[in-house]
Amino acid sequence: MANLIKLEIVTPDRNLLSEEVEYVGAPGVSGEFGVLPSHIPFLSALSIGSLLYKQNGKRYYIFVAGGFAEVTPSKVTVLAEVAEKAEEISVERARKAREKAEQRINQQKEEIDYVRAKAAMARAMHRLKCRESGVSAGTCSL
Amino acid sequence: MAPLREIKRKIGAVKKTKQITKAMNMVASAKLRGAQQRIERFRPYAEKYSEILTDLSSRVDASIHPLLEKRAEIKTVGIILITSDKGLCGSFNVNLCNTALRLSNKKKEEGKEVKLFCVGKKGRNFFRVRKYDIEESYPDVMSNFDFQLASEIGSKMNDMYLKEELDEVHIVFAEFVSMVRQLPQTSQLLPVQQDEESVQEGPTSEYIFEPSMEGLLAEILPRFIKVQVYRGLLDTSASEHAARMTAMDNATKNCDEMVGQLTLVYNKARQAAITSELMDIVGGAEALKQG
Repeated sequence: MANLIKLEIVTPDRNLLSEEVEYVGAPGVSGEFGVLPSHIPFLSALSIGSLLYKQNGKRYYIFVAGGFAEVTPSKVTVLAEVAEKAEEISVERARKAREKAEQRINQQKEEIDYVRAKAAMARAMHRLKCRESGVSAGTCSL
Repeated sequence: MAPLREIKRKIGAVKKTKQITKAMNMVASAKLRGAQQRIERFRPYAEKYSEILTDLSSRVDASIHPLLEKRAEIKTVGIILITSDKGLCGSFNVNLCNTALRLSNKKKEEGKEVKLFCVGKKGRNFFRVRKYDIEESYPDVMSNFDFQLASEIGSKMNDMYLKEELDEVHIVFAEFVSMVRQLPQTSQLLPVQQDEESVQEGPTSEYIFEPSMEGLLAEILPRFIKVQVYRGLLDTSASEHAARMTAMDNATKNCDEMVGQLTLVYNKARQAAITSELMDIVGGAEALKQG
């Protein structure tokens, strides 16, 4: 058996995932980081983006937003406010959200709205990107 | 004695009420199951959060982050009160409101200003009738809320706290202990309390932190507030349904009792009516004989 590390993804509403995997790549606030089994204990805040894990040589993608990851030599725990598997992402919804955010940004009414629109935009873009990666890796059926 | 027909109508009415209370009991039990599942799913998340936070905050000095630091002078206290939107659940909401009221009065006696934040209609109405100022209320949310709501309330608290509009925040919610026990609970939200006992020396943790430990705390602390608010919401929602189940169960039992009593009265009245009718007939016959 190959060297494996346990990956657990937990959100406030559910336990999204609990699997033995070969590799985890996560979007940390100060850049992406990769975790292999026997990684040194590590704690990082996460930004918005795609989390990648490899299992049986295949790449799987998960969209995460907000939260942090705790890494121990045998386990990675991701606590995220939002987490969705690539196949759960609704492309249509993400597209619509992006369009709406684009409109808001172009209008540039108030500052607070602007910040919100930017965040919404980032979420929508990363959702789409995550979905695309999943499709191209062949682990997410359309 | 009331006329027969009236008693009969009353029995019918009570029976209908019983059907309603029984149905409400079943609805509440179904909702309770859902609410309990949500708590179960949320628990690992919340536990991990407090575990990491306790670990982190015990290694640093409180002055490192404003959300940890106790303010020397406390002028304004915020109270978040979580209640249900609907009644018919016994003393559930009254208990919660009284807990909040006592806390608020205590703080006022100490010369502090109190700002109220009411989640759920019942708490808002309670304080509105008593002419209290309500800073903000969130009515009609308890039947269908998600983490977004907790997030919204949590960020508001953080913002107001950092702007020094609030110097201390407490949350009042109903802890779901068991089916028959729901305890009104008060806990301090801000400043975040450090675990005094397990204070560890220096940043000698085995972890690598990214970004720095301070940066990480700044990320985690505001979220921790949201997690706690969410926990309060979930617990209160489960407690509400449990309280309603108990209340409706009692109501159904009372209905049964009342139907029994009314039936007894009805039968007695019927007997009396028959007896008096017989007396009339016998009396009439006697009169005819004599005549």
